[in-house]
Amino acid sequence: MAKATPGVLASFEHIDAACDTIRALREKGHRKLTVYYSHPNHELEEACGHATSPVRLFTLIGGLTGTTAAFAMQIWMNRDWPLLVGGKPIVAIPAFVVIGFELTVLIGSLATLFGTFLLSVGMRNKGVIYDGRFSDDRIGVFVPAGGAEAAGVEKMLREAGAVEVKHAAA
Amino acid sequence: MAVAVHDAPTQTHADVTRDVVATLAPATKGYYLLLFGAVGLFLIGAITLLLIVKEGLGLAGYQPPVFWSVFITTFVFWVGIGHAGTLISAILYLFRSPWRTAVYRATEAMTVFAVMTAALFPIIHIGRQWIFYWLLPYPNQRYLWPNFKSPLMWDVFAIGTYFTVSTSFLIFGLIPDVAAVRDKATGWRKTVYSLLSLNWQGTDNQWRHYSRAYLYLAALAAPLVLSVHSVVSWDFASSLIPGWHGTIFAPYFVAGAIYSGVGMVFTLLIPLRKYLKLEHMITDYHFDNMAKLTLFTGTILFYAYGMEYFVAWYSGNTFEQTTFFRRAFGPGWWAGWSMIIPNAFLSQLLWFRKIRTNLTSLFVISIFINIGMWFERYVIIQSLANDYVPYAWDQMNPTWADWGILAGSFGWFGMWFLLFAKNFPVVAIQEIKEFIPMPRKRAGGHH
Repeated sequence: MAKATPGVLASFEHIDAACDTIRALREKGHRKLTVYYSHPNHELEEACGHATSPVRLFTLIGGLTGTTAAFAMQIWMNRDWPLLVGGKPIVAIPAFVVIGFELTVLIGSLATLFGTFLLSVGMRNKGVIYDGRFSDDRIGVFVPAGGAEAAGVEKMLREAGAVEVKHAAA
Repeated sequence: MAVAVHDAPTQTHADVTRDVVATLAPATKGYYLLLFGAVGLFLIGAITLLLIVKEGLGLAGYQPPVFWSVFITTFVFWVGIGHAGTLISAILYLFRSPWRTAVYRATEAMTVFAVMTAALFPIIHIGRQWIFYWLLPYPNQRYLWPNFKSPLMWDVFAIGTYFTVSTSFLIFGLIPDVAAVRDKATGWRKTVYSLLSLNWQGTDNQWRHYSRAYLYLAALAAPLVLSVHSVVSWDFASSLIPGWHGTIFAPYFVAGAIYSGVGMVFTLLIPLRKYLKLEHMITDYHFDNMAKLTLFTGTILFYAYGMEYFVAWYSGNTFEQTTFFRRAFGPGWWAGWSMIIPNAFLSQLLWFRKIRTNLTSLFVISIFINIGMWFERYVIIQSLANDYVPYAWDQMNPTWADWGILAGSFGWFGMWFLLFAKNFPVVAIQEIKEFIPMPRKRAGGHH
C-alpha cells in the first residue's frame, strides 16, 4: 500500500457545483486534483482541463507496426519458401492485403490497450482516498492539502455545495 | 407515425446502478436448469469429438465430394452471429446512435462467445486437433511457411484478430462497470470484482485516457464487421465451384451475418430482459430499432438471393444454372426453401410496426431467422456436391456425429452466455448514465 496523501475529499451531488468548484480550485493554484466520476462526462472533462490523451500515439504506432510487420512477414516468408500458387507471382501484394489489414487492427488495438493501462492504471494517483459512491451517483473531488491549508479548503468545498467532506491524514 | 421515446431520463444514476447490480443476485432454479441443459448439450458435443478423435473424421459424413459439410456450415453460422454484436457496439458507437447503449453489452458478449464457438470448428475439422498450431507461421523444423495466398490462411488471421479485438473491447468496456459492481458487493465477491476491476476508480485521469482509447478501439473494430465475413465468403468465392464463384459473395455474406446476428440478439435478449427484470432499460424502442436493422439486412438478402438466380441464368453457364435449379427443385429442395422462406420473405413482415414492437412475434421470427440462416450456409456448402463433373455428383450425408457437434456448439455458446449474464452487468451502467443528466443546483442547465 502506498503512503496516503494528506488532503480533503469532497463529494458532490450536483454536477454544476462540482464543475464550478474544480475550476475555482484550479484558479487558486490547486493543480493536482483528483476528480472521480461514474461515467464519461464532457462537462467534468472540460472543467478538469486536460490536454487530449496521448493514447492515440500508441494506436497510430501500433497500427503502422502491424501493417509493416504483416507485409514484411508475408514477403519474407514467401521468398524463403517460394511456392507457386494459382499462377501468382511469389510476392503477390494483393493477396497479402487481407493479412496486412488484420494485423493493423490487431496490433493497433493491443497497443491501444497497452497504452491505456500504462497511462491510467500504471500511473494512477496512489494513496489518494476513494469512496464507493463515486462509481454510483456522486462526484468526488480530492484536493491534496495538509495542516492549516486543509481547513481553508474544507470551508471552500462546503460553501461550494459539497454534501460530504473527509480528511485524509498522512 | 408515432416516434418511440427513449425512456432513460425517468431514472437516476443510483437507480441504474441498483437495477443492474440487482441482476447479479443469486440465480433461481430455472437458471440452473438452463445452465445444466447447456452443459449437457456441450457434453454431447465433447463426447462426439472424443469419438471423432478415436475413430476419425469419417464418423461425421466426410465422403467425396463433400469433405466438410455440417462443420463448416456451423462455423460460418457462428461467425455470422458475432457480427451483429460488433455492429451494435462499435459502428453504432461511432455514429452516436442512442439506442445502442442499453443493448450493446449483451450483444458484445454474444459476439465473443459466438466467435469462440466458431473457432472450434476449423480445429475440429483438421482431424489432428492437437497440431492446430501448424496453422500459424512460426519457425519450424520442416522449414515451411503457411500459404499466405490461400483464403483459409486469411481466415486464420481474420478470426484470430476478430476474437482478440472483440474480447478486448468487451473486457475494456466492462472495467468501469465491474468497479461499480465491486463498490456494491460484499464478502468474497468484492475481492473477485476488485481484482477484475484492475483498480479502476474513475478518476479524471483514468477517464481521459479511457474515453479516447475506447473511441480508437471502436474505430479499429468497426471495419472488422465488414472484413471478417468478407474473408469468410472468399473461402468459397475464390474457388471455381458453381454457386460459389461470385463477386456478390462478400456483401451478401456481411448482410447475412448481421441479419443472423440480430436474430440471435432477439432470441437471447427477449427472455433475458424478462428474467433479469430489465424491461425499463431494454424497451420496445430498442427492439423496434433492431427489427429495422433486421428488415434492412433481410431485404439485402432478398436482393442477393434474387441476384444469384438472375446471374446464374444470365451467365448462360449450364453448371451454374443447374446448381441453382437444384437448390430449389433438386434433392435438397427442402434446405433451399428453409433458407429462402425465413430469410427473404419472413423478414418482410417487419415492415409492420405492430410486428416490430410485439415481442412474441419478434421472438418467433428470430427463431426462424436462426434456422433460415443456418440453412443458407448449408445450401451454399451443398454446391460442393455438384461441380463440373456430373459423374462425381453426390449429396451431403450428415451423420449423427455432425448433429452431435452441432448440438455441442449450442451448448458451449449457451453455457458461456448464461454464465456471463449472471456474473457481469449485461447492461452498460456507465454508458446508460451518460444519457441521464446529473442533478443541477441551478435551474435551467448547461446544454
